[in-house]
Amino acid sequence: MGKTLAEKVWDDHLVAKGEDGAPDLLYIDLHLVHEVTSPQAFDGLRMAGRPVRRPDLTIATEDHNTPTLAIDRPIADLTSRTQIETLRRNAKEFGVRLHSLGDIEQGIVHVVGPQLGLTMPGITVVCGDSHTSTHGAFGAMAFGIGTSEVEHVLATQTLPLTPFKTMAITVEGELRPGVSAKDIILAVIAKIGTGGGQGYVLEYRGSAIRSLSMEGRMTICNMSIEAGARAGMVAPDAITYDYLHGRPHAPQGEDWDAAVAYWDTLATDDDAVFDAEVFLDADELEPFVTWGTNPGQGVSLSESVPNPAEITDPNSRAAAERALEYMDIAAGTPMKDIAVDAVFMGSCTNSRIEDLRAFTSIIAGQKKADGVRVMVVPGSARVRIEAEAEGLDKIVTDFGGEWRFAGCSMCLGMNPDQLAPGERCASTSNRNFEGRQGKGGRTHLVSPLVAAATAIRGTLSSPWDLVNADADTFVDPNAIDEAAAQQDAAEQNGTLRNARQGANV
Amino acid sequence: MEKFTRFSGVGAPLRRSDVDTDQIIPAVFLKRVTKTGFEDALFYSWRQDPDFVLNRPAYSGASVLVAGADFGTGSSREHAVWALRDFGFRAVLSPRFGDIFRGNSGKQGLLAGQISEEDAVRLWDELEAHPGTEITIDLVERVATIGALSVPFSIDDYTRWRLIEGLDDIGLTLRDEERITEFESRRENWRPKTLPVK
Repeated sequence: MGKTLAEKVWDDHLVAKGEDGAPDLLYIDLHLVHEVTSPQAFDGLRMAGRPVRRPDLTIATEDHNTPTLAIDRPIADLTSRTQIETLRRNAKEFGVRLHSLGDIEQGIVHVVGPQLGLTMPGITVVCGDSHTSTHGAFGAMAFGIGTSEVEHVLATQTLPLTPFKTMAITVEGELRPGVSAKDIILAVIAKIGTGGGQGYVLEYRGSAIRSLSMEGRMTICNMSIEAGARAGMVAPDAITYDYLHGRPHAPQGEDWDAAVAYWDTLATDDDAVFDAEVFLDADELEPFVTWGTNPGQGVSLSESVPNPAEITDPNSRAAAERALEYMDIAAGTPMKDIAVDAVFMGSCTNSRIEDLRAFTSIIAGQKKADGVRVMVVPGSARVRIEAEAEGLDKIVTDFGGEWRFAGCSMCLGMNPDQLAPGERCASTSNRNFEGRQGKGGRTHLVSPLVAAATAIRGTLSSPWDLVNADADTFVDPNAIDEAAAQQDAAEQNGTLRNARQGANV
Repeated sequence: MEKFTRFSGVGAPLRRSDVDTDQIIPAVFLKRVTKTGFEDALFYSWRQDPDFVLNRPAYSGASVLVAGADFGTGSSREHAVWALRDFGFRAVLSPRFGDIFRGNSGKQGLLAGQISEEDAVRLWDELEAHPGTEITIDLVERVATIGALSVPFSIDDYTRWRLIEGLDDIGLTLRDEERITEFESRRENWRPKTLPVK
């Protein structure tokens, strides 16, 4: 019997096969670190007198606590500042490369890894952050870990792990213009539920997935964890290789050829068997939006808020009732009638250059709705620079939006960017939990295209709702401009070298 | 983790049962970014009382705690173990432990040995009659001794083995270090390295 993509990557990282029910010991190719989940891990090393085994496979950024305005000033919140300062001290003491606030490579850890070309097919990636699943878009096995596991990886570059089961999520068909990767994953989560993926590695397959750009695939894999799965993967192909080739840490020359030869063997074998399978029709998919307080509580934007009384499962019904109360919306309300106070465009789910291009393609030349606050936060310093070179920042500010510095920002209530109690937000982030974007804040998860249309109209809207909208007024987020991509990569190499000379490494 | 076979240190009698982890370290101290520096937080409320056993000079350097039944119950906070270790304790003897606390102790190299209720009283009497007396903990024989008084304690075989070998989870993995090194020697050149590109 053949093997799945996940099984191949797993087997190729076995340091020791567990016996008598003991876990396998898996080698970790890449360890990403940020300020929140690492301090006690480094302290554990210090207490035990252990070094970081492979600083050359470890890289850190500051993202969760960092402000997105006035980044040259000291961080006002003392707890946040302490965590940042602790990471800086630890990185220096243990010889770990760190990209601090203000550095050109600083940004959300899951944007920085792929951007540098560190994330690649067939590797294992871990980080003390559940959205590490993002990196699976390259055909890597990538998952979030806890602080004690962070310490374990720092010390040994391995993790004891019990194998996952495998689930195929097959999405066939062609997305209509205005429908994007975010809508696919929101629909998948609504279909299998927030616990549907527990214990599984998800593999996204099918023609709709194959035609997505790397950014789109990252958006989908990013939210695997919202379906309960620790990891999600997409088999590597020409789109993967095109994205990766020429990036600073991508293999070069003979190494590149050897890598591609190996990567070409990774796709799931035809006779491999998944433990579970799910199918979704891309042709029928509409822009999707959440109405509740978990990412599985979503509907098509053209639908109405569901009625909890019609939900048969008592736990789901009770959850829906609580969610509607918290969200302060009535059952039966058309989703498009819901007015928002804020639009957040950012997070590790949707803050890459392509996301910003999609968003600004809709708002260009328009004015935001009165009373709606629009915040646009690039995922990394480099994305910000790239966007500014294209004039996207100007489009945002002309529109009446705020153009910020890179970070996790309003995705989580950990830095100054937060909703006020009772405020309602259309957000391109990944979690609509109670209070996630600030105490009492209400979140509707949406795609960048829906966020843009909503910012124009002031109510939850799809690009289809815009007056004068037709297929030409917005870019198809699935289309890839190969020439532009190659130029981006080339420029990136040049800028990186220049930046490195003054970089705070 | 430091190997633990035989250890002698000043014993402190804590004549109380049901010492939950909120008493060992209150929640207000959980916001720190370190695993160390919790010594001042240990038994924070009780130490406001000058007569509390650990405030008495004879017990100030104590490293073996003899407590009543149900020590370390309640919240799972690993900080409770960190605080005891930071203060200088290497072992706690009690007739019964909270399960999670006992597990956490094993991971952090703190010996949690179970003794009988009667032996707890004998040890308290001895330590209070002669403040500053040392207790010897012999993990190989599973016996605690003060002078002529010897009491047996129990600890599960796996934790005992790990403490004697000085192995935490990471230590256990590092027993396979040769295999890790061997795996690394086969690691292909194309795989990522984070060192700055020259």
